[in-house]
Amino acid sequence: MLEMTLNGLEIQVEPGTTLLEAANFYGIEIPTLCYDAGLSPIGACRLCLVEIGSPDRSRLVSACTFPAQKGLEIRTHSKRVINARKLLIEMYLATCPSSKTIQDLASKHHVTRVRFKQKHDDCILCGLCVRICEEQMQAKAIEFIGRGHELRISTFFDKKSEDCRHCGACMYICPVCQARCQGPQEKDAVCNACLNLEPPCLEEFEDAMCYMDPCVACEQGHEPRKGCSQRKEGS
Amino acid sequence: MRQLQEQKASKEQNNNNASNNHSLVTMLHQIQETYNYLPENVLRELAKEKNIPLVDLYRVATFYSLFSLTPKGKHKILTCTGTACHVRGSEKVTEEISRVLGIQPGETTEDGEYSLEAVNCLGACALAPLVVVDEQYHANMTPAQIGALFNGVRKSTCQDKESSHCHCSSVAVGSKEKS
Repeated sequence: MLEMTLNGLEIQVEPGTTLLEAANFYGIEIPTLCYDAGLSPIGACRLCLVEIGSPDRSRLVSACTFPAQKGLEIRTHSKRVINARKLLIEMYLATCPSSKTIQDLASKHHVTRVRFKQKHDDCILCGLCVRICEEQMQAKAIEFIGRGHELRISTFFDKKSEDCRHCGACMYICPVCQARCQGPQEKDAVCNACLNLEPPCLEEFEDAMCYMDPCVACEQGHEPRKGCSQRKEGS
Repeated sequence: MRQLQEQKASKEQNNNNASNNHSLVTMLHQIQETYNYLPENVLRELAKEKNIPLVDLYRVATFYSLFSLTPKGKHKILTCTGTACHVRGSEKVTEEISRVLGIQPGETTEDGEYSLEAVNCLGACALAPLVVVDEQYHANMTPAQIGALFNGVRKSTCQDKESSHCHCSSVAVGSKEKS
């Protein structure tokens, strides 16, 4: 067993565990976008940054790829880490504002503005789809193509892949594919109010009727969504 | 006819690969040497032969700028745009080559004879500005010298218009070397 200090707490972990696994085991939540317990970590999204080392000589490392070491000092929620994390979330918001996962992250970490030029990409290059296709589905139909700012995810010669079995795992695991609900807000606005709110349908129906997970802050004070009333008529 | 040649060449290629267990990049290099680019059907055959996922080949081929997925010209012209070459006026040299050949860096002439590449550094900064024609290094180039280098090329191209096999550039390169 390796002895480490996690946020001032003396902990013991098995050799070979990563800092992220250790923190999760001790109940400390670290946000991630490119991590999945069933896939090999690649440290692409950098959201799991933690500070290691003594305060005067500390550095930020990605917790999902950094292996536990004896006597390591880890701070998961220091000022430096939180600032770095908020900046990252802000940049992700600027890249993919249509993602529910990223909007939720922004709300959770109190990122209330975007200072960067707004883009509307549909990929954050986390590599989850590439890894699930190769490691879990054994298909290897998609890969990172190109390099640098031209990096993208595609199939062989951008053609319909013969290796793809249409299992849909890549879409299932994608953190950006799940779109946020498009309420009365602007497309590029920071939603920021998803947490701690009940679905508006609950007042009218016994169960939540929205086809989306409750991300309904934008519906508050507005008439119920069309889909809800249609379903009511049908039932 | 050309297809047959290609097929034959690809078979030879595959036989070579089967005997030597080269790394992926080396295999792609060999294909590029044979065809001047990486044809899709050859990559497919290679993947089948070596049991490599197709996308892996595409990933590596797109990662390195040295590999081309579209046909390149018979003669490769590289101009260095590294710091030392840039300071000594490689920009003007590249412009001049572009003007003479009528193509921009990264393009190939319509007749498929020349392709021009602007590369970042050729590692011979003492020879700046540097132009490489078919792996022959031409040091201390100036726009004026480019004119002399390609003058012969254009003339012989005009003369050889009738014949499909044009070796004019090798003549031009040779004459440059002698001078």
